[in-house]
Amino acid sequence: MADQATFVEDAMDHMQGLYTAALRMTHKPADAEDLVQETYLKAYRAYGGFTEGTNLRAWLYRILTNSYINQYRAKQRRPDETTLGDNDDFFLYRRVDELGSLVGRSAEDELFGWFTDDEVKAALDSLPENFRLAVLLADVQGFAYKEIAEITDVPVGTVMSRLHRGRKALHKSLYNHAVDRGIVPVSSEA
Amino acid sequence: MNPEPRSEANEGFSDCGQALATLYRFLDGALDEKRRTDIASHLDGCGHCHEMYSFEAEVRAMVARGATEEVPEGLRERIAARLRELDA
Repeated sequence: MADQATFVEDAMDHMQGLYTAALRMTHKPADAEDLVQETYLKAYRAYGGFTEGTNLRAWLYRILTNSYINQYRAKQRRPDETTLGDNDDFFLYRRVDELGSLVGRSAEDELFGWFTDDEVKAALDSLPENFRLAVLLADVQGFAYKEIAEITDVPVGTVMSRLHRGRKALHKSLYNHAVDRGIVPVSSEA
Repeated sequence: MNPEPRSEANEGFSDCGQALATLYRFLDGALDEKRRTDIASHLDGCGHCHEMYSFEAEVRAMVARGATEEVPEGLRERIAARLRELDA
């Protein structure tokens, strides 16, 4: 086992990601700060059981996730998973590509600059929490399926299914923000 | 613009449907070397799939940028202080 000073130094490097995830899960900066602090305290106390060379970053997110589930989840009202509609694959691409082709731009160029950070956050917040967590871990923190399975304690197949449905719902929600802001006309298909 | 994937043949990876079915696993780095290479060579020769891949990658990058928060002022110091207390 490495000494604890080294551990603290290494673990501190992950604070921005942990805080980012904590805030999207709790929605409240004060709660997110408490959750991150608790994660570090628990990790520090449990460090004797942590084997050097294993995945420190994934281990920290696992502690964060478990702490969140134990303390915050029960308090929150959240959208039911059944409210996740079954959206088309590549929904956002197809919508944006249609609009871009009207003005001769690629979908990617058309998309550029559409969404503010607040809209991205609101779209993430609209996801049921299991889906939100999977998308945060994959798309914001860059974890692999297997790591997300270990962090959230579900099989890899469940991770992939949550990511698939979560991303589709996220894209739909982003598109709806664009419609609300009048960036895009309301489509009869949307 | 035709929104459907085109089915033109391509070396190594002949089917746009297959390429798009593995789009996320490719972006997630979850494919083995062989499949990854096959898709990369398909994308080199298929503008439509290439555009869809770049679009999805750009959406993801936008989500990552938009969601990333700054650590609040003082949090790092507070946590460091609490950890030092545990040592005392």
